Amino acid sequence: MKTKNKSLFQKELIMEALKQSFLKLNPVTLFRNPIMFTVEIGTAVMFCVCLWILAGEQSQGSFAYNFTIFVILLFTLLFANFAEAIAEARGKAQADSLRKTREETPAKKIERVGELHVNEVVVVPSSSLVKGDVFICEAGDIIPTDGEIIEGLATIDESAITGESAPVIREAGGDKSSVTGGTKVLSDKIKVQVTIEHGESFLDKMIALVEGASRQKTPNEIALTILLAGFTLIFIIVCVTLKPFADYANIPITIAAFISLFVCLIPTTIGGLLSAIGIAGMDRALRANVITKSGKAVETAGDIDVLLLDKTGTITIGNRKATHFYPANGVAESDFVKACVLSSLADETPEGKSIIELAGKDAVRNLSIEGATLIKFTAETRSSGVNLPNGTKIRKGAFDAIRNLSVNAGFTFPKETAERVTEISSNGGTPLVVSENEKVVGVIELQDIIKPGIQERFERLRKMGVKTVMVTGDNPLTAKFIAEKAGVDDFIAEAKPEDKMNYIKNEQQLGKLVAMMGDGTNDAPALAQADVGVAMNSGTQAAKEAGNMVDLDNDPTKLIEIVEIGKQLLMTRGTLTTFSIANDVAKYFAIIPALFITAIPSLQGLNIMQLHSPESVILSAVIFNAIVIPFLIPLALKGVTYKPIGASALLRRNLLWYGLGGIIVPFIGIKVIDIAVALFM
Amino acid sequence: MNTEIIGIVAMFLITLGLSIPLGKYIAKVYTGQKTFLDPVFNPIEKLFYKISGIDATKEMNWKQHMFVLLTLNTIWFLLGMIILMCQGWLPLNPDNNPNMTADLAFNTAISFLVNCNLQHYSGETGVTYLSQLFLMFLQFVSAGIGLAAAAVLFNALKERTTEKLGNFYNYFIKSCTRILLPVSVVVAVVLLFNGTPMTFEGKDTITTLQGDTVQVSTGPVAAFTAIKHVGTNGGGFFGTNSSHPLENPNYFTNMVEMIAQMIIPFAMIFALGFYLNRRKLSWMIFSVMTIGFLALTVPTVMAEMNGNPEIEAMGIDTSNGATEGKEVRFGAAASGYWSIATTVISTGSVNSMHDSAMPLSGMNQLLAMMVNCFYGSCGVGLLNFYIFIILAVFISGLMVGRTPEFLGKKIEAREMKIAMIVALFHTLLILVGVALSTGFPEQGASTLNNPGFHGFSEILYEFTSSSANNGSGFEGLGDNNPWWNITTGIVLLLSRFLPIIGPIAIAGILANKKHIPESAGTLKTDTTTFGLMIFSVIAIIAALSFFPALALGPIAEYFSMK
Repeated sequence: MKTKNKSLFQKELIMEALKQSFLKLNPVTLFRNPIMFTVEIGTAVMFCVCLWILAGEQSQGSFAYNFTIFVILLFTLLFANFAEAIAEARGKAQADSLRKTREETPAKKIERVGELHVNEVVVVPSSSLVKGDVFICEAGDIIPTDGEIIEGLATIDESAITGESAPVIREAGGDKSSVTGGTKVLSDKIKVQVTIEHGESFLDKMIALVEGASRQKTPNEIALTILLAGFTLIFIIVCVTLKPFADYANIPITIAAFISLFVCLIPTTIGGLLSAIGIAGMDRALRANVITKSGKAVETAGDIDVLLLDKTGTITIGNRKATHFYPANGVAESDFVKACVLSSLADETPEGKSIIELAGKDAVRNLSIEGATLIKFTAETRSSGVNLPNGTKIRKGAFDAIRNLSVNAGFTFPKETAERVTEISSNGGTPLVVSENEKVVGVIELQDIIKPGIQERFERLRKMGVKTVMVTGDNPLTAKFIAEKAGVDDFIAEAKPEDKMNYIKNEQQLGKLVAMMGDGTNDAPALAQADVGVAMNSGTQAAKEAGNMVDLDNDPTKLIEIVEIGKQLLMTRGTLTTFSIANDVAKYFAIIPALFITAIPSLQGLNIMQLHSPESVILSAVIFNAIVIPFLIPLALKGVTYKPIGASALLRRNLLWYGLGGIIVPFIGIKVIDIAVALFM
Repeated sequence: MNTEIIGIVAMFLITLGLSIPLGKYIAKVYTGQKTFLDPVFNPIEKLFYKISGIDATKEMNWKQHMFVLLTLNTIWFLLGMIILMCQGWLPLNPDNNPNMTADLAFNTAISFLVNCNLQHYSGETGVTYLSQLFLMFLQFVSAGIGLAAAAVLFNALKERTTEKLGNFYNYFIKSCTRILLPVSVVVAVVLLFNGTPMTFEGKDTITTLQGDTVQVSTGPVAAFTAIKHVGTNGGGFFGTNSSHPLENPNYFTNMVEMIAQMIIPFAMIFALGFYLNRRKLSWMIFSVMTIGFLALTVPTVMAEMNGNPEIEAMGIDTSNGATEGKEVRFGAAASGYWSIATTVISTGSVNSMHDSAMPLSGMNQLLAMMVNCFYGSCGVGLLNFYIFIILAVFISGLMVGRTPEFLGKKIEAREMKIAMIVALFHTLLILVGVALSTGFPEQGASTLNNPGFHGFSEILYEFTSSSANNGSGFEGLGDNNPWWNITTGIVLLLSRFLPIIGPIAIAGILANKKHIPESAGTLKTDTTTFGLMIFSVIAIIAALSFFPALALGPIAEYFSMK
């Protein structure tokens, strides 16, 4: 994960957020958040009460007391607005820098003359490009918008988007043909066709999302809002009906006390932080260099049951590597290694290179193949090799190909080498048999190298309840071996694109949610079918459109992070809701005795916190209620840490921290504030 | 140990011991397996279905279930109104009791229909034997309706995706004939042998030791009292309910009646486990409910056994506990235990005067009804608890980072909306009812016998009892007038059907959703942690929202007595 803008609060962000906090007081925008909207109504009522007192009303307590309550309520609103604003500002800051580069980009557009794209280049602003237009980019140019290379090849610096400084190669045709606006061409020249309408590019979508303009409430967020609105309604009933109860018992209760009781009881903490949590969730995905097409996709990621991963590049490092030399009986190891090295010196394949690597520098130093004839690999011979000037013919290839060669020349295939070949195969490796002048001299073992640390990641996923599935073109035997070694739960061997699709459909039939990552056009249907489809940024446009997230780093293990971000998002909401509701216990015990104590002195027994006076209690409760919001902003933005320790253990842990903590903290907080407030009274 | 304590512990343990096999039997009934009563009832049922043209094999969705439920209830309500308002002219009236007034008949018909049995009349003079028989019929069917609704819930919780949730007529008839009837017969016979009358003769005339002639009301009391408890109804044959010597003659019958009212609510919890093959879930639910029950019972029994400090201050011996309003043959402990059992379970029968209980006992009785799901009434208790499960699952699901799900079904906005409305409604009905009665004192508060905090408790109790469909009275208020009859009647109707329709709607919607198999990331709902979560949700939503009201009633009274 990139670590840009690591600090939560930067000065310019805070200034912007402060300004927004006031603008967001507009009731029209605040109406979207029912809890804070009711607080705003309460604040307005308190303002009227203050005016009423100034006009001479005596029954509502002193002006200073009422005005203080009004100010604290106003701050409660501002704190909540600030939380949302700072979350937006953080996303926006990142998006703004991207947008700046784009708006100023000139595009070298190729003018369409008749039906042909004549090479007449006109420089136009990037904003005037429409879908289907073709433009040229040369070394040093910034690519004006998203598109597909139709001609040429170039190295491109994508650090503007990915933060990765190593340049990547993009070329026409195949799965690496798409380019992203805002990235820079480092070398060569490409002809690009625009694939999107203006304002719909990747960056535009991203900017809109983080700015919250197109942010829609996700299903879970809606359900939670209903729960919170329900709580608010209950407390409206509790507070409104308290009026006739108190009248019946001849207890005068001031408007300030009613409103304070109400504001303290409704879940303002979570209500104030809810949208900030949502924005921060998408922002965290963005910081992991994943662009989500909707907030819903992030949430769904947290629910994923099955994860489809490609073997190559995700579970194993690229290609197979030579891991062992096994000389045949009677052949010296050094001779065998020499033969292997000679046959591989001119071999450009990764396997060939890995043989040289395994042999080591010492073995290679004095060997040369000058004047030798290279024999290339063909599907017919299924072997490759070298004919040395001294007439020695070295071949390496598949077991049966070399055996045929050797047996036809009159040699017998050595038994122990044959056994070794079987052993290597059953261990998931690939045997590469080597012959010198048709005589078998030994066998090289090639193995898939499993990425270091990948087992732990799968273990982590398993604890989260996510089943991992490896997709590979290997035969079932090899696939099984690697699957076991890497610790994945299942595999699809000899996989064709439709196999992925069918697997996803089957799992979905069982009610599971499936995530997959893909890059090629042939992945597009499966990406669309999957509940969470993550396309690699290097992938084709079709793949990117089919998925609901795009990974800018092209890192296949990113899915794991995405799942955790999704879980974190839900957890942060859940724990803060619990905390907010648990707070009510202390607030009840603080305020209820305070309301009645003057009229019913015996209720002093309920004043278990030994608070100073009714006014000080009400003030300290609303102060606590207000300042708990800014205290929790960092948690809302960073998210609650997810630990894969099983659902029950996680619940126990969070219940202890946020549930029990939510009960205890306000008791202490209100008491401390009460002591402080009492000093001024 | 004190024999009084042993008595109540025995009552609890015997109930528990009997309820597990009964739960297994109930699960059998609802899964449609053969029971020992089939040879008796199958031919009768077949004939009944044939005559009425009801197809009891047709599978219904949740809306069809609720349609049948509401239709049956409407018919019974109209029938009840007619009988009660014309009872004076109808047969089986040896004591020549008069017709009921319209508002009292409205209240009585509803309150028996909804399994509440708030009685604003006295059985001896207010109703005839025909009315008593019809009310007894309502006690059967209202309990049967509750059980049938729970059976629909059971069916909906199965691990599959469907709209079809069994047949309501089938569940209802089976609940009455295979569950309520056999248990009631046993209880009635026991009562009969202990001296409870079972006759259609009019008042008995006896001559006392002093030579006075006394008229003693009798009637078909044994049968009535049996279903009163087995069906968690609580409507007494006599005005003083189970403190009447003919309705509850001795300590033994007291135990039997106690066990009878708790056994089906207990058994339904275990039936759920047997039905779904999730016994651990049953034990989790039972444990949460029991902890709640004990949290209310223990302080109540202690307060009652300790006696009233103000009476003690007058130099009167209170070593037998607070005996005001209690029957000597039951004692303080059994009366205190009964008062909480009858309020948590929504039976509402009483064997002592709740108005005379100690302030904290009064508060606990109120809390039992405010929570209304620690065991709860026949079937409906589980439905109420289901709402709290949904709320707890939602919050804890979020806390573990997964879209909340219960038994493999995702809980989304629509279900939350229904759950929240149901949870809200109970609070709304109680608090608004009390607010109206205190806000318009000429209507409500003026009928009180006691001023101050205790009077407030009396009003609070009346509405809480109505909204919890409990039916017990704190009493002490003149409740037979149009104000109380009509307001509580409306509260009764709303608070009966909404908490049935809501949970069934949620269950029906969830049943139709895709079933998600369990994985390591799934939150297990049969664990202690989750139980704790439900308990906290209940405590904070159901109990704490009444804190201001309780502070003005029993809590203020408690502290002013200190």
